[in-house]
Amino acid sequence: MLKTFLAATALVAIAGSAFGAEITGAGSTFVYPILSQWSSDYSKLAGDRVNYQSIGSGGGIAQIKAATVDFGASDKPLTPEELATAGLAQFPIVIGGILPVVHIAGVPAGKLKFTGPVLAAIYFGAITKWNDPIIAKINPGVPLPDAAITVVHRSDGSGTTFNWTHYLGQVSGDWKSTVGEGTSVKWPVGVGGKGNEGVAAYVNQIPNSIGYVEYAYVIQNKMAWGSVMNSSGRFIGPSIAGFQAAAATADWAHAKDFDLVMTNAPGPKAYPITATTWAIMYRHPKDAARTATALKFFKWTLEHGQPQAAKLDYVSLPPALAKRIEAYWAAEIK
Amino acid sequence: MSATDDVRPFARVLTRASEMRARRLESGAAGDRIFKLLTGAMAYLVLILLAAAAFSMFWGGRLAFSTFGWKFLYSAQWDPVARQFGALVPIYGTVVSSFIAIALAVPMSFGIAIFLTEIAPGWLRGPIGTAIELLAAIPSIIYGMWGLFVFVPFMSLHVEPWLNDKLGPSPIIGPLFTGPPIGIGMLTAGIILGIMILPFITAVMRDVFMAVPDALRESAVSLGATTWETVGRVSLPYTRTAVVGAIFLGLGRALGETMAVTFVLGNAHEFTKSLLMPGNSIAAAIANEFTEADSPIYLSSLIALGFLLFIVTFIVLAGAKILLLRIGRLEGERA
Repeated sequence: MLKTFLAATALVAIAGSAFGAEITGAGSTFVYPILSQWSSDYSKLAGDRVNYQSIGSGGGIAQIKAATVDFGASDKPLTPEELATAGLAQFPIVIGGILPVVHIAGVPAGKLKFTGPVLAAIYFGAITKWNDPIIAKINPGVPLPDAAITVVHRSDGSGTTFNWTHYLGQVSGDWKSTVGEGTSVKWPVGVGGKGNEGVAAYVNQIPNSIGYVEYAYVIQNKMAWGSVMNSSGRFIGPSIAGFQAAAATADWAHAKDFDLVMTNAPGPKAYPITATTWAIMYRHPKDAARTATALKFFKWTLEHGQPQAAKLDYVSLPPALAKRIEAYWAAEIK
Repeated sequence: MSATDDVRPFARVLTRASEMRARRLESGAAGDRIFKLLTGAMAYLVLILLAAAAFSMFWGGRLAFSTFGWKFLYSAQWDPVARQFGALVPIYGTVVSSFIAIALAVPMSFGIAIFLTEIAPGWLRGPIGTAIELLAAIPSIIYGMWGLFVFVPFMSLHVEPWLNDKLGPSPIIGPLFTGPPIGIGMLTAGIILGIMILPFITAVMRDVFMAVPDALRESAVSLGATTWETVGRVSLPYTRTAVVGAIFLGLGRALGETMAVTFVLGNAHEFTKSLLMPGNSIAAAIANEFTEADSPIYLSSLIALGFLLFIVTFIVLAGAKILLLRIGRLEGERA
């Protein structure tokens, strides 16, 4: 029984490898669900499979530098200098949004409004109560309790934290100079939850708390998000259109190797805390055929990956950015 | 036919038998040697593995040790952006949460083990014993999730506000019980750990109490000893080392527990005296931060934390052993 099973598995494995190439990638946990979905759909179409290991962005960068995988994926861009030294190139593959979520009795999703400086002050521990006049001023009519704010952040290193702290640094000079930005930072206050699900669970458990999670978790857990003021001074709720607007208006033209974190992007419709994940590949790969296969896969995701992305609450890149990426491939990766 | 002719074949048979016996003995001796070698190798392997693990972690952490020196041990700074690391908060969290766990689990395990071996009717011993062994088999993530979804709200709504009110204002222990009652923190982690290690300690204690010879126990009873006296004066002294071993087993598990602690400890690198505030532990910090440790010094600091866990465990176990030996000696003098 077991033998037949093993034989069958071996046969499937052989057939699989004979049928198409298998390219490997590693890195960001954020893109794992969408990459596996794309890989499974793409393999049915083209036969080539993508084997992606979600070991974390830091691990993904280390793996591609060691050339053990065909591409790495990171939530944090490498600088053009670092890319040049290692002979690497990078480009965005998918977009996501990060939302502040709260747990306050009587405050439903979308009701609370935040500005960047208010979020920074809360995460600094400078604003400690929900009925603080600064919060009350931008939220007239919202029943804000006289209760201490419990700040929730990520306990594990993550690209979500990188984008969140990058955003707080964009809108608050104090944040930038004292805390800074990174996949993990020295948080002035708060409790740490492991993963998006950990932060979501803490916020759901602790009354009067605030946390930050990715869009998909807000939708799936029906959490009470708050809207955030963007750089044009408008309060923007999270939406696929808002994330795409940020990706479209972000200043890619002046970002060499797409080294641009698009938090606080310009444009009236842009959602301010929009994030992306970069794929990192060799400019002159040893195995050109495998890299060509990988690029064919990414091309397919740019052109046909939209429905799967929407189903999993991700956002695919806007067409203009997709064109820019394809031009980048042609110029840089040979 | 002479007499010698008669004896010779018989003698030959005898010599052959003794030769065979000698050969068998010889091979037996060889077997003994191999057995000794094999078992010895296994035992030494444990030592070698331990030393190798400790050394490789020390080696991995050498960058952190050489950069921060002794400050790594007493600094509460943990700043991945500025690349400043100190292990005080995780060390403190590990020791305190394990201490709470042991303080809760040991008396309870002791009670359960005595009840099962001395007091409980025969038909009850089997089911409770099996239930305890099943508890020991529950994976720690289940305890963590139960802790987060069931126990944390209970602590935050009922236990911690009460502690805040009643113990918060008291003079010496007061600072231990102040802070917002969010349910996540050192106290909750310690209690969850206590529940987790309870079955381990109980199972071993029950087994060693069962191993006390009936003759000893019966003699005590026949001299008019009550159950309490039998346990205190006969069972416990007879099994002292094994009971200590049971406690160490639990303590070792509590010190190194990762998943359940991560869920309810709060994972904050902020030093606080209060048991109600979020803290961190060595194992939780490593599990949380290893994947995205993006600079060599960050990675090295996490590995150095692993090495410190070795040292902390060693010091705690050695300290506990010395303490228990001293108690034993005092008791001996009194008797």
